[in-house]
Amino acid sequence: MTDIFWVILAGAVLTYATRIGGHLVLSRFERIHPRVEAGLNAVPAAVLTTIIAPVVINPDPVEISGLVVAGLVALRWSSLPMFLAGAVTVFGLRYFGY
Amino acid sequence: MTNSLFACFFQEGKIKEMESARDYIAGIRAAVPVIIAVLPFGLLFGAVAVDNGFAVFEAVLMSAIVYAGASQMVGIELFGQEIAPWLIVFSIFAVNFRHVLYSAALGRRIADWSMPQKAIGLFLLTDPQFADTERRGEQGKSVTFQWYIGMGTALYLTWVGTSWIGAVFGKIALENRGLDVGFLLPIYFLGLVMSFRGRSLWAPVVAVSGAVSIVAYLLIGPPWHVSLGALAGVALAAAVANPSPPQELD
Repeated sequence: MTDIFWVILAGAVLTYATRIGGHLVLSRFERIHPRVEAGLNAVPAAVLTTIIAPVVINPDPVEISGLVVAGLVALRWSSLPMFLAGAVTVFGLRYFGY
Repeated sequence: MTNSLFACFFQEGKIKEMESARDYIAGIRAAVPVIIAVLPFGLLFGAVAVDNGFAVFEAVLMSAIVYAGASQMVGIELFGQEIAPWLIVFSIFAVNFRHVLYSAALGRRIADWSMPQKAIGLFLLTDPQFADTERRGEQGKSVTFQWYIGMGTALYLTWVGTSWIGAVFGKIALENRGLDVGFLLPIYFLGLVMSFRGRSLWAPVVAVSGAVSIVAYLLIGPPWHVSLGALAGVALAAAVANPSPPQELD
């Protein structure tokens, strides 16, 4: 078996461990402290923000424009119009040579 | 007497069955916008994997058993750079470490699932799966295993299927790469962030997580900015939370 195969296998095992780990640890406690509860409520926004934040380090004006437009559309409409508005903005600006 | 009792049970079973089917379909429906966003990345993953020396079988295997897009991209990227295998495994783990937080947060929603249901469900735990499950719970709808698995299987088949197509047709795709689709991913994640803006402390959490992740990115480098930035936001929420004990469980 190749290195690639073993890397995939080990990566899969460790990834599954992260997916069950949080639940296995937390389910040992009968009551959840309100601070832990508040922290868990913040998880989605906290994690997802960190995935996008680095785009401002080497900003590409076109991509930032797409994100701003998408963010504004998201204030009013659901995820699909938001996604399309951002994509059209970037493709459009690129098409016109920006 | 027994007859009507049977009829009663039968009816109840029938209703349960209909509810399961309805939930399953609702789950598939929830997956549709995600599928549109994920399609290009599945194709891209397959194409780049083959370009970096993966066999088609290996590209598909990785999607099927790791099933975590961002970490797979990192993995194949590092393979292209001839980095020690254990370091690649470690990077995959570091990128996926956020799932520990997801799985801890999700426990509240899936407490009544059976053991095998949890084992299967948590295998399918991805960013969009988690985000939609949280939102559904927030809306007061019950997060049934059928709903979750409806969304999960739709996304899983999409991811594995597009990886395979991308790997098979990768050469053609890469030769015509006039269209750069890399920018779609941040827009997609921004949409997920925005969908949680109704939660208490949303703005300060986003601000702190964003700022800390940028600093960590510059000082330590990826993929640590994800874990460190996320922990900062979660710690802020925990620190600011009202410390008085919960009055009642609602």
